[in-house]
Amino acid sequence: MNGWPIPGAPAEPEAVIHAEGLSRRFGDFLAVDQVSFQVQPGEVVGYLGPNGSGKTTTIRMLLGLLRPSAGTAQVLGYDVTRQSEQVRARAGYMSQKFALYYDLTVGENLAFYAGVYGIRDRARRDEVLAMMGLTGQARTRVSDLSTGWRQRLALGIAIVHRPKLLFLDEPTSGVDPLARRAFWDLIYDLVEQGVTALVTTHYMDEAEYCGRVGIMRDGKLLAMDSPSALKGHALPGLAWDVFVGGGEIAGEQAVTSAELLKALNVLEACPCVIRAGLVSDHLRAITPPEVNAQELLERLAEAGILGAQAVEVEPTLEDVFLALAVTR
Amino acid sequence: MQYLIAAQNLNKTYGSLNAVKDLNLQVSSGEIYGLIGPDGAGKTTTMRLLCGGLRPDPPRKGVHAGNANIIIAGYDLHSQPEKARAQIGYLAQRFALYEDLTVLENIRFFAEQRGLPAAEWRPRCMEILEFVGLAQFKARRAGQLSGGMKQKLGLATALVHRPQVLLLDEPTTGVDPVTRQDFWRLIIRLAGESQMSGQSQDVRQTAVLVSTPYMDEAARCTRVGFMAQGQLILEGAPGELRKRLQGRILELAGQPLMALRKIAHAEPGVQDVQMFGDRLHLRVKDGQAEQVLAHLQESLPGRGVQGFRLRLIQPQLEDVFMDLLETQR
Repeated sequence: MNGWPIPGAPAEPEAVIHAEGLSRRFGDFLAVDQVSFQVQPGEVVGYLGPNGSGKTTTIRMLLGLLRPSAGTAQVLGYDVTRQSEQVRARAGYMSQKFALYYDLTVGENLAFYAGVYGIRDRARRDEVLAMMGLTGQARTRVSDLSTGWRQRLALGIAIVHRPKLLFLDEPTSGVDPLARRAFWDLIYDLVEQGVTALVTTHYMDEAEYCGRVGIMRDGKLLAMDSPSALKGHALPGLAWDVFVGGGEIAGEQAVTSAELLKALNVLEACPCVIRAGLVSDHLRAITPPEVNAQELLERLAEAGILGAQAVEVEPTLEDVFLALAVTR
Repeated sequence: MQYLIAAQNLNKTYGSLNAVKDLNLQVSSGEIYGLIGPDGAGKTTTMRLLCGGLRPDPPRKGVHAGNANIIIAGYDLHSQPEKARAQIGYLAQRFALYEDLTVLENIRFFAEQRGLPAAEWRPRCMEILEFVGLAQFKARRAGQLSGGMKQKLGLATALVHRPQVLLLDEPTTGVDPVTRQDFWRLIIRLAGESQMSGQSQDVRQTAVLVSTPYMDEAARCTRVGFMAQGQLILEGAPGELRKRLQGRILELAGQPLMALRKIAHAEPGVQDVQMFGDRLHLRVKDGQAEQVLAHLQESLPGRGVQGFRLRLIQPQLEDVFMDLLETQR
C-alpha cells in the first residue's frame, strides 16, 4: 500500500470539512437547517439521524452536487458552491445504493470509474482490488457478487482516485454482521493512510467506531461529540435493562414477545419512565436519576407482570440517539 | 399446534447455484420466526418460494429427497394457489408504491387487487392505516413520505386482506432505530393478538416469517433459523442458540481498543476477537474461559492500556452468528 500519497503534514491546521450555517430548502420543506460543524484531518465522524432528517442532503451539499439555500461550506479548502469540481476531484463518495453496472465485471466497473477520474494507471486499479480483497475477482460479473462484495467494490471505486476525504452514506445497509466488521477494518486501513471519513449509518454499534458522532433531527444537527461524551451528557438520567420472565439467562422459559410488549406499554405509561423501548429480547428504560429498580418492578407488578428484573446499565449510543431523535 | 407455514423439500437452483437446498420449515400460529444468515444464503429465495412468486424445483433422482410441498394455513400453494395466496401477506425487500398517489389511494389499490368489495375497502383501509400509524397522513402522496413511513405503508398494503401468514423480507434494512422500534411493535402485535377482525368470532393469530440483518431483532423472535449456502443449518429459540456459546464469551473494554484487540488476538485460548461497539468480545476455546480471564487480568496492566474491564458475559445472538459463519467458511 505504498502507492498512497504521503498524507499532508501531520498538524495540518485546516479543517477538512468546515460547514457554517448550511441550509437547504425544497419548496416549503427545510431539509437542512443551519448546520455548522468542522471535521479535522484523520477523523472518522459518524452522522446519524432518522430517515429523512437531512443526512444525505448534507452530504450532497458538501460534495457540491446540491446548492445550499443558505450558508457556506469549505471542503478540503475549496468552496463547495464555487469550486465543486475541485471538491469532487479530491473527495470520494459511496452512496446508499451502490452505483455499479451489474452486467459489467468487477474490473470493468473499476476501469470505468477510474476513467471518469482520468486514471488510466492499471497498477492503481490492481492495488485497489488488492486492498478490497477482490484480487482474482476482476472478471466476475457484479450481478454474481453478494451484497458484501458489491459493497467492497463500491468502496474501491470511491477511493480509486486517492481521495483524502470519504463520504460514506449508509455503506453497510443490509450487510451481514461479519461483513460489516470487515468493512470497518477497511475504513480504518484507509484512515491509517491519512484519509478522513464522514459515515452515515443506522447501526448504533458502528457509530461507536467513530471518533465523533453527529446526530441530526428534522434538518438540525442536535449534537456532535465523541460517543462517550454523548453518553455522558446527552442522556437525561439512568438506563435500565428490564428483563421480563426468564431473566437474563433466557432460554428455559423464554418470554413471549406479547408479554414483552405488554411490559413495554406499562413502562411507557409510567410517570417515572422518560422513555422505554425494545432491546434485543428485553426492554430498556430511561428514568430520572432518583428512580430505583424497586419502583420499576412495582409498576410492572401492579400490572400483573411478576418476576421481572431491572438492572442499571451503562447507556448506549442507541439510548442517546432515541433520546435526541424522538420528539415526545 | 397448527402450522400456518409448512414447507417441505424446497429446492431452487439457478444454473449451478443451489440458492435453496432441501429446506424444511414450519411456523406456527402466533410465532415470529427470524430468518438470518450471510448475504446470498438464500433467505430471499425462500421467501419468494413461500409466497408463490417462485416455483420450487421438481425432485431430481438421487439429488433431492422428494416432492416440494408448501402448505399455507391449510391450503396447498401448488394445487390451491388462490386460497393459499389469500392467506399470505408479503413485503418484499424492494416494494413498489405509487409515488404520485396518496397513502389512502395506494392502499385502496392493493385492497381492490385483493378483491375487497367496494363497500368494505374504506373501513378496512382506515383500520389498517390506524394500526400502522399512518391514518393522519392518508391524503399525503406516497412520494412525500419519509423512508420509515413508506416502510409502514408497505406493511399496510401487505395486511389489507388480513392474511394469516406474513412474509417480511428485511423490512427494517436501511431503517433508522426509531422506526425499527415502531415496526417491531407492529410485528409483535400482529403475531400476538388475534387478528383485528373485531366482529368475526374465530380467533386467529398470525405466523410471521421475517428476515433481518440485525441480530438484536432476531433475538426477540420466537425461533430463529440460520441459513447458509441455501440450507437451514440450525434453528431454535434464541436462548437455546445462545447457550451454544455459554461460558465462552468474554467482554473486554478499555483504551485504546485497537491495542487491546491485538493483545487479545495473540492470547492463547482465544479463538476470535470481534468489535461490539465500544468493546470487544473474545470467544475462547471450550473450557478455557477461566484461564484466559486470569491470564489477561494479570498481564494487561503495564501493557499501555487504560481502564480495562474484563468479564465473562452471556453470549449474544451476534456471537453465535459469527461463530456459525466461521465454521461454515
